[in-house]
Amino acid sequence: MSKRVVVDPITRIEGHLRIEADVKNGKIDKAYSSGTMVRGIEIILKGRDPREAWAFAQRICGVCTTVHAFASIRAVEDALDITVPLNASLIRKLMIGTIFAHDHVVHFYHLHALDWVNPVSALKADPKKTAELAKKVSPYSKSSPAYFREVQKKIKQQVERGQLGIFNKGYWNHPDYKLPPEANLIAVAHYLDALVWQTKVVQIHTIFGGKNPHPNFAVGGVPSPINMDSDTAINSDRLARVETLIDEAIDFVDNVYLPDLVAIGSFYKDWFRKGEGLGNFVALGEPEFDSHKDGKWFIPPTFIHNRDVKNFEDIDYNQIKEYVTHSWYDYSVGDDKPLHPFNGETKLHYTGPEPPYDYLDVNGKYSWLKSPRYKDMPAEVGPLARTLALYARDMYGTREIVDKYLKDLGLPFEAMFSTMGRTLARGIETHLYVHKMKKWYNQLISNIKKGNTNTFNDEKWDPSTWPSNDIKGFGLMEAPRGALSHWVHIEDHKIKNYQAVVPTTWNASPRDAKGQPSAYEASLVGHDLWNPHEPLEILRTIHSFDPCLACAVHLYDEENDEKIEVKVL
Amino acid sequence: MESIYDLLKKRGYSRRDFLKLAAGLTAALSLSPEMIPKVAHALETKPKPVVIWLEFQDCAGCSESFIRSTNILPTEVLLDIIDLEYHETLMAPAGEFAEASKEEAMKKYKGQYILVVEGAIPTGNAGYCTIAGRTALDQLKEAAEGAAAIMAVGSCASWNGIPGADPNPTGAISVQQALPNKTVINVPGCPPIGDVIVAVIAEYLVLGKIPKLDEMGRPVAYYGQTIHDRCYRRPFYNSGQFAESFDDEGAKNGYCLYKMGCKGPVTRNACSTIRWNGGLSFPIQSGHPCFGCAEPDFWDRGHIYTPLSVVSTGIGAKEIGTAVAVGAAAGAAVKWITNIGKKGGA
Repeated sequence: MSKRVVVDPITRIEGHLRIEADVKNGKIDKAYSSGTMVRGIEIILKGRDPREAWAFAQRICGVCTTVHAFASIRAVEDALDITVPLNASLIRKLMIGTIFAHDHVVHFYHLHALDWVNPVSALKADPKKTAELAKKVSPYSKSSPAYFREVQKKIKQQVERGQLGIFNKGYWNHPDYKLPPEANLIAVAHYLDALVWQTKVVQIHTIFGGKNPHPNFAVGGVPSPINMDSDTAINSDRLARVETLIDEAIDFVDNVYLPDLVAIGSFYKDWFRKGEGLGNFVALGEPEFDSHKDGKWFIPPTFIHNRDVKNFEDIDYNQIKEYVTHSWYDYSVGDDKPLHPFNGETKLHYTGPEPPYDYLDVNGKYSWLKSPRYKDMPAEVGPLARTLALYARDMYGTREIVDKYLKDLGLPFEAMFSTMGRTLARGIETHLYVHKMKKWYNQLISNIKKGNTNTFNDEKWDPSTWPSNDIKGFGLMEAPRGALSHWVHIEDHKIKNYQAVVPTTWNASPRDAKGQPSAYEASLVGHDLWNPHEPLEILRTIHSFDPCLACAVHLYDEENDEKIEVKVL
Repeated sequence: MESIYDLLKKRGYSRRDFLKLAAGLTAALSLSPEMIPKVAHALETKPKPVVIWLEFQDCAGCSESFIRSTNILPTEVLLDIIDLEYHETLMAPAGEFAEASKEEAMKKYKGQYILVVEGAIPTGNAGYCTIAGRTALDQLKEAAEGAAAIMAVGSCASWNGIPGADPNPTGAISVQQALPNKTVINVPGCPPIGDVIVAVIAEYLVLGKIPKLDEMGRPVAYYGQTIHDRCYRRPFYNSGQFAESFDDEGAKNGYCLYKMGCKGPVTRNACSTIRWNGGLSFPIQSGHPCFGCAEPDFWDRGHIYTPLSVVSTGIGAKEIGTAVAVGAAAGAAVKWITNIGKKGGA
């Protein structure tokens, strides 16, 4: 006999995710992932001015704010064949680095850490011992007994007055919280520090884009001009601030985030052996700057099949297709056939149970997410996919870095294919991005010194310069949560069709026509549940993917059947 | 119940530290310094207000903005200023324990808690947004019942926002539309400034009542003036000096962005005064025209890059206007404003 366990809402994520799992003898036998909210932003985008699409697309998500704006402007620039000035590309890259630093740190401390860290246990810690332990782990300047004592007092007060706030009803009696009190106290202190740090690092977005969340962008460049003689443009004062913020980000990532990650990981080595999921990985690629046309990549497009890192493949963009077999949409070609994003269709059609409901009909349709597949196979996207791609291609010293972390933890390479491996990969790539920011910054400064201050290409700004027939383009962006692609058709100066294939859609989709589960669904199988009412084990693995559901739910609308032609190079 | 001051004293705060916090809070609320004793008194006598934060058709951008407050840091907000009993993006438990947390808080603090709502509410189909198997509308009505005050945070909750943009595929409505008989404090913006969100909550704590609202439910303190009224580029507008394209000479010199489509003249928000992320900048300061994200229907009411002077209220949301600037803003501005309430207005 199996029992159905439901976790809804999955919290500490963006958006509305529901997991249903069949449990046999205390173990998960089958799992089902469902997105339970839809807005229809792609329908809203139809008929709009392509130069404005980024602002609509950006509102797909406010946690990974910027990523949809980037994919959108890149798609429109691809369709209209616009070349972006180098300074604008560098400023965009600095903004991308910022979102990686911000998003991954916030994910680790504020969305994921409470799966491993028990703030109630931190009350038992000795602040002096905690400071000694912290100094052993990293040179972070704050690690004094007084600092830890203050944090402990703050937490104690919440507990004593019975107003635990966001920590209320955590699974604090679960036996699988394994950190000693001192390690818990360090992590809680850094949870609070990270909460303050993240208000600052986003100032790079504020300087270049005016605000965060949801900074501003421009098709053809960036909105902010560079003028060293103006107090309102990007000037030496603003650039110095950016440099300081990059240095602070490097310090926080290298001296707080990564040491904490490794320290926590060392207490949970069993989680380096479960939660793998599919073993197939896709990175659709992050262009060196903005265009995919020149074939130069910061993260090269890479497919890894069945853990075979040695025999990795390049990506064929014609092989991306989406099913709606188990999604609340109708396809005119029948629900068992997939469609390429340039040929997508949409018809919202909710066939789930009438709310309030207890269970979804997982044999029928059960999610607002479609099911993207590569070469008709489900695949995982995200930090682990990218880290494996860079490992496979031996770029940026990734092999040495991964091997060293694993060696220090006493684990084999296979340990990367796991819940904790995914979480480790996220830290490894954050280190890569923050250090690259320094390089992009120096390149920008060097251009400015040479007298190049150009940040915008206005040649194709006026829609009358565009062809009026149907043109199309796509924009790629490796977003913090994984491979993101936007696909746009423009006709008569308006958006004829707009589609987004999103990281969490890849990872959290329902089954496809062949019944193949997604990464979320596959990764939960085999998990032991200590107590189905306190499903900590499910949260650990699902959070290791960093779900973003508002991103994942989207829809397509395209009446025309046309031949798919995707040329990248 | 213990006051916030009691809590701070126990943590070893001196009277001096405490008054510093009170002064900071007073400044954050844009109150005059004479109010510091009143704020201090409130902190000495009032328990932390309980907040229940619900998310529906949202992007969590307002939650993100909430934790970017800088006048009062998010750590102080979460540990000292409020008791956040339910917030899907931040809370530890999931599933049934999360829902139980909310139910207990609603019961224990009935008539006392602040309900914050982020995101619009779909009405087109019961299946468009469910949480724990229940519809958004059902969840909202239940939580509104025992709330002392209801705050709609962001343009989606205030006006129906992006889900409500033409053709509003899911029949999204605002909190006020979903709760026609309740007073709703609208804190619009896409997202609103983090410091404003925190200040509105803190003001309720300090003054014990909802702030003065305009006819559209917005706190007058933060939405009483247009961005144009207080824009530092206003002198260039007055002298007729405009940027016409990103990165042109006018843009490099910081001239007015009116001809590039700036909606500052018709947008009520505090961007040009409080500014963003520690008062560092705001869209216009970083070279992009304001596109009016705090106003109802801004997605459909004239294009981001079309000057107000050529935007008419009757223009189809999806027509492309060519950016040709003529005349002054005043006429168009008035037209834009008088059309308020078409879809989402209170």
